[in-house]
Amino acid sequence: MATSARPVAPAASLTSAGGPTSRIQVTVNGRSVVAEVEPRTLLVHFLREVLGLTGTHIGCDTSHCGACTVHLDGKPVKSCTVLAVQVSGREVRTVEGLEVDGKLSPVQEAFVEAHGLQCGFCTPGMMMTATALLARNPNPTDAETRDAIRGNLCRCTGYVNIVKAIQLAGKKMQSASSAPGGKP
Amino acid sequence: MSAQVPSVKGGIGQSILRKEDGRFVRGKGSYIDDFKLPGMLYLDIARSPYAHAKITAIRTDKALKVPGVLAVITGKDLEAAGLAWMPTLMSDKQMVLPTDTVMYQAQEVVGVVADSRYAAADGAAAVEVDYEPLPVVTDPFKAIAPGAPVIRTDRKEASNHIWHWETGDRAGTDRAFAAAPVSVAQDLYIPRIHVSSMETCGCIAQMDPVSGRFTIWMTTQAPHAIRTVFALVTGLPEQNIRVISPDIGGGFGGKVPVYPGYVLASVASIKTGRPVKWIEDRSENLQADSFARDYHIHAEVAAERDGTVTALRVKTLADHGYTDAAANPSKFPAGLFHIITGSYPFAQAFVEVDAAYTNKPPGGIAYRCSFRVTEAVYTIERMMDILAHRLRVDPAELRLKNFIPPEAFPYRSALGWTYDSGNYGAALAKAMEIIDYAGLRREQAEKRRKGELMGIGISSFTEIVGAGPSATFDILGIKMFDSAEVRIHPTGKVLARFGTKSQGQGHETTYAQILAEELGIPADDIRVEEGDTDTAPYGLGTYASRSTPTAGAAAAIAARKIREKGRRIAAHLLEVSPDDVEWKDFAFRVKGVPTKSKTMQEVAFAAYTNHPPGVEAGLEAVDYYDPPNMTYPFGSYICVVDIDKETGQVKVRRFVAVDDCGTIINPMIVDGQIHGGLTMGFAPALLEEIQYDENGNIHGGSFMDYLVPTAVETPNWETAKTVTPSPHHPLGAKGVGESATVGAPPAIVNAVVDALQPYGVEHIDIPIHPWKVWQILHAKGAPTP
Repeated sequence: MATSARPVAPAASLTSAGGPTSRIQVTVNGRSVVAEVEPRTLLVHFLREVLGLTGTHIGCDTSHCGACTVHLDGKPVKSCTVLAVQVSGREVRTVEGLEVDGKLSPVQEAFVEAHGLQCGFCTPGMMMTATALLARNPNPTDAETRDAIRGNLCRCTGYVNIVKAIQLAGKKMQSASSAPGGKP
Repeated sequence: MSAQVPSVKGGIGQSILRKEDGRFVRGKGSYIDDFKLPGMLYLDIARSPYAHAKITAIRTDKALKVPGVLAVITGKDLEAAGLAWMPTLMSDKQMVLPTDTVMYQAQEVVGVVADSRYAAADGAAAVEVDYEPLPVVTDPFKAIAPGAPVIRTDRKEASNHIWHWETGDRAGTDRAFAAAPVSVAQDLYIPRIHVSSMETCGCIAQMDPVSGRFTIWMTTQAPHAIRTVFALVTGLPEQNIRVISPDIGGGFGGKVPVYPGYVLASVASIKTGRPVKWIEDRSENLQADSFARDYHIHAEVAAERDGTVTALRVKTLADHGYTDAAANPSKFPAGLFHIITGSYPFAQAFVEVDAAYTNKPPGGIAYRCSFRVTEAVYTIERMMDILAHRLRVDPAELRLKNFIPPEAFPYRSALGWTYDSGNYGAALAKAMEIIDYAGLRREQAEKRRKGELMGIGISSFTEIVGAGPSATFDILGIKMFDSAEVRIHPTGKVLARFGTKSQGQGHETTYAQILAEELGIPADDIRVEEGDTDTAPYGLGTYASRSTPTAGAAAAIAARKIREKGRRIAAHLLEVSPDDVEWKDFAFRVKGVPTKSKTMQEVAFAAYTNHPPGVEAGLEAVDYYDPPNMTYPFGSYICVVDIDKETGQVKVRRFVAVDDCGTIINPMIVDGQIHGGLTMGFAPALLEEIQYDENGNIHGGSFMDYLVPTAVETPNWETAKTVTPSPHHPLGAKGVGESATVGAPPAIVNAVVDALQPYGVEHIDIPIHPWKVWQILHAKGAPTP
């Protein structure tokens, strides 16, 4: 549901007063927000520190770990490598946007059921990548699944149960869409 | 249907889903960087580009002019407050900030405090420092050679030699070697590696200038120990210090030490009267936080002609970096390296370790292992294969011939450890059956005829975890017990708090299962809390696979104390003598009349509404559990590799892990721990290494070149179990979080060396990357296309 643009405070926690800022409008998890940001502000810092969406994590400084993965217009991106000004006029979805009307997404459910997480730090980024994979390939093989998450590092799980979780989520999505009365 | 075994929902042995996951999959975990306090400031740190240099000038005027920068902190500032140096856990000292000399690349030099994250980074970039480079020593052998430049000029001893430690019978071992018909020797290097938990380290320090209350939210695996250390170092009264360890994004040992950033944030908060946040970047984490391993080992095994092992002799040089900041129990400078006799009944053994300073950051922390156990297991499991090759016997056969037999437990090793229980042959037999060992050997013979490289490697490890008995285990004098405090509310729901701290292991679930089993209350009704020193009972924290062996035991004992009190309340309700009431099948029952019973919930309600005369109201208990012995998990792993002759690429085709961690609390969680541990064993075997060039420049200081495994190269682990309970643990559990990290590397290396047998290769140091293998194949004249 589209809502009216709601202005948020300048990114005071990121930058000190006085520098030049740019005005951006971005739809985050279905809600339109308008903000003044310093041009160098990273999307991940904008999400975490300005919007308070702290589910998106920062695990490295070289775009390798994928803990910061979000969807930009439906495609997974590493939000540490995108500037907030680049997403003006576009749609961002974060882990906080996966749950709909109090119901976990199939990917979220499957990560819990298949023990696809331990410390939980890589999990939001991993689930965003998984969600994007399943949108284009709901029945991925082991190799396809592993290849899809090669840009998301996990130090706890050894990936075995993450692969299982993603494949389980794919099955959940397929059975939901084929069940009578299920969502198309 | 046959008689049902009584059970409680969420009790021991059930793969219940994790209680903590609901917040994590919603992105609602609370990690340190997620907290934001009113008026909070940010700390960033300017670091040294040199590995060894004299500081001739520090200019901070430009930094202070950056908009938003409020303060800078230098070594001289700290020196004035007596805080330029701080003690390490091993009676050495380390710099918070240098006053005159930097001793490793990326060392902290100046702290910059600003009102925003970006301003703090701008300020740190504007700090100007003049250095005069000094000679650099990165090789520990050169460091202890005569004439080497002395790194620690603050010490009396004009030497880079830190300590010598030895254990075992030197003369007896030498005699056994002299008499042995067969002996093998090998140099093994286990390089520096870094735990690289996905969350880096950080904190928010808050000194309330009015109340004098100091609160620090920090990424620590041991909050209580940190509180006491802070009190001792700063002189702040301990009741005014509160350490909160929120959700932790992986620890693996890297979040045990106190890093300069924590102290700088604390000093900055004291200086400014405002909360100060410090979060390190990944590169800072990889370049400056404590490292693991860095052991240069020379090992020798003596044996009879039939392969019966008789003696083990090991001499090691340990590279500790510029300070001995190892996170070991105080009495063990080389940790538990002397578990090195492994799964075999060596009659004689002698181990000596020398430690050296080099121009590197501090080493000597764990990497998901219990105090140097990985180094020990790697050594003995490599040496068993080297002996097998020398004797031309199958490595499985050599192990099965030598294992300490099940009837020998409790078994006392030549180096003084008393193993609690084991059945090593059963674990190896199971692994061999699952993987079809005989079939693999046939396939290998066939492939060798065709010139293809396939290898099979075994590791039959024995760990030592669960530190530890108070007679021998302490950290800075604090005994290594751990604790549980259990309260049952009137409605029969439970709040339990622990002195440990989960970093992803799933304590909220595992501890609830232990209490469910012991109290007859469903796990769903049990809330577990850790990590706040104001509320949790004192404990030494989570590392070295000690949580279930210590705090898990404390949970069971605390529950049993509650049951003892509950028995008296139940007797009151049942109008019988307490002696006539027993706890059976999850209820208090009248002996001989099991249908006359009261549930724990009924007893809990009575404890607050109708407690009997002479019995205190309430239903709670605390236990500080001092384990009588360590636990000794074990297992056998078998790895199959294929090597591409043209590229040198090693591919792990199969890996079967049979683990025995005693009683299993939650099979799903145990398997998850094994999967993760195997991956952190695979990583240093094939990928990870922190190297330094001769100028002390770090190679591997970011995820660009520090190769944490991705899903693509990580094998699809196969797991299985045997169960040999610990005889001394109240539940029979042994701990499992690190077994696989410890056991996996030698299985992989043994497989690679086995594959290269046609070329006469005896050993390859880890990490075995394709270039190394290609060079060997090339040097040995392997045909290249």
